[in-house]
Amino acid sequence: MANWKINALTRSLWVFHLSAASCNNCDIEILDLLTPRHDVERFGIVLTGSIRHADVMLITGIVNRKNVPRIKRLYEQAAKPILVVAVGTCACSGNMFRTSYQFAGPLDKIIPVDAYIPGCPPKPEAMIDGIVKLIGKLKGK
Amino acid sequence: MDIFRFLIFPGFLFAALVGLIFTWVDRKVTARLQWRVGPPFLQPFYDFGKLLVKEITLPEKGERFSFLSAPFFGLLATVLVAFILGLTITVPTRGFVGDLIVILYLLVIPALAVIVGGFASANPLASVGASREMKLIMGYELPFILAILVPVIKSDFSIQLNQILFFQQQHGANIWSLSGFIAFLVCLLVVQAKLSFPPFDIAEAETELMAGPYIEYSGALLALYRLTRAMLLFLLPLFLTILFFGGVSLSGCLLLPSILKILLVLVLIILIKNTNPRLRIDQGLRFFWVNCTLLSVLAILLAYLGL
Repeated sequence: MANWKINALTRSLWVFHLSAASCNNCDIEILDLLTPRHDVERFGIVLTGSIRHADVMLITGIVNRKNVPRIKRLYEQAAKPILVVAVGTCACSGNMFRTSYQFAGPLDKIIPVDAYIPGCPPKPEAMIDGIVKLIGKLKGK
Repeated sequence: MDIFRFLIFPGFLFAALVGLIFTWVDRKVTARLQWRVGPPFLQPFYDFGKLLVKEITLPEKGERFSFLSAPFFGLLATVLVAFILGLTITVPTRGFVGDLIVILYLLVIPALAVIVGGFASANPLASVGASREMKLIMGYELPFILAILVPVIKSDFSIQLNQILFFQQQHGANIWSLSGFIAFLVCLLVVQAKLSFPPFDIAEAETELMAGPYIEYSGALLALYRLTRAMLLFLLPLFLTILFFGGVSLSGCLLLPSILKILLVLVLIILIKNTNPRLRIDQGLRFFWVNCTLLSVLAILLAYLGL
């Protein structure tokens, strides 16, 4: 990507949140980011309801056989450039479900992942750190 | 000269800039009301710039032509509104008979563009959103037109914005009379629905329809819709200021009170937005057809009696 494109993108990241059969703890922690204590709208980050509007696809949960086609479909529907962030140990590696018969992940076997935020669930501070590292990676630092 | 007025000063560029700044005011005030810090001043500009570099996706089964052209029609109508309202303020002699009615028509077109774009995208959620938007238009247009009749009646049945402004310079702003106040309240609620802010964000209900008619739009097309919305966020308070608060003046020491008047209307809209939950579509229709219409009929009767 060109430099000015990256600058435009990183200043207003709109996030689409996909819960791929998670236990909802990561999802609750993600919502914490929007509350007064962390308030990521300071950096222009807002949640969107439609994948067409999104710049970041935030995926939580164990990737299983049921939702692999849906994850692929959503990734294809997104307007490029799109960044993928795996939130929680389940999406990153499979956690305690990695030997399950239903397990079809981890996520980076299905679609390219730009940032991993491990933790069960990760703290909101860890997620902000992950976003900062993602922006740093985009800018080539 | 008129090309300059249309494209730059009271028209497109000026209204777009002020509209994006007003969007920031909206987001910042909302954030402060929720005890947050809120986005930086340039955030609406960053958002707009980012949407321009994103890919434009086309829905597979959608109707291409309507899908692509609808945002342009909405924006064009909004720019025309900016041009006419701007002329009323900057060059008061340039108005024409019936410009009030032209503005009423033009203000419907952005909503119609959203409906056409929503249906053309062949997405079930967008269709539900567009049909709700259609019902909402039918709901709010009647009380809106009735309430706007009040300033018309007060200024001796003149349907020209200059005459309404001239009357208010002679007799004081319309808001200070009982009928004017009631009509302003009705107009404020209708403006809330025209901007699709809560409690009337029924069409794009983000928790049930995700983004409603906008759901399939991405990139530059979405940026056009957002620009239209931003411009309306400036133009509708300006329109209400002209009708009820005696207009705005650009000369010297009167500039500051003028800006404060528009900001007052804007902050009222934002406060209503942040303190009300979303209505169902039937509740919204009943609210406009029963409560608001009765109120505006009452205002018209009072205006006839000279109150």
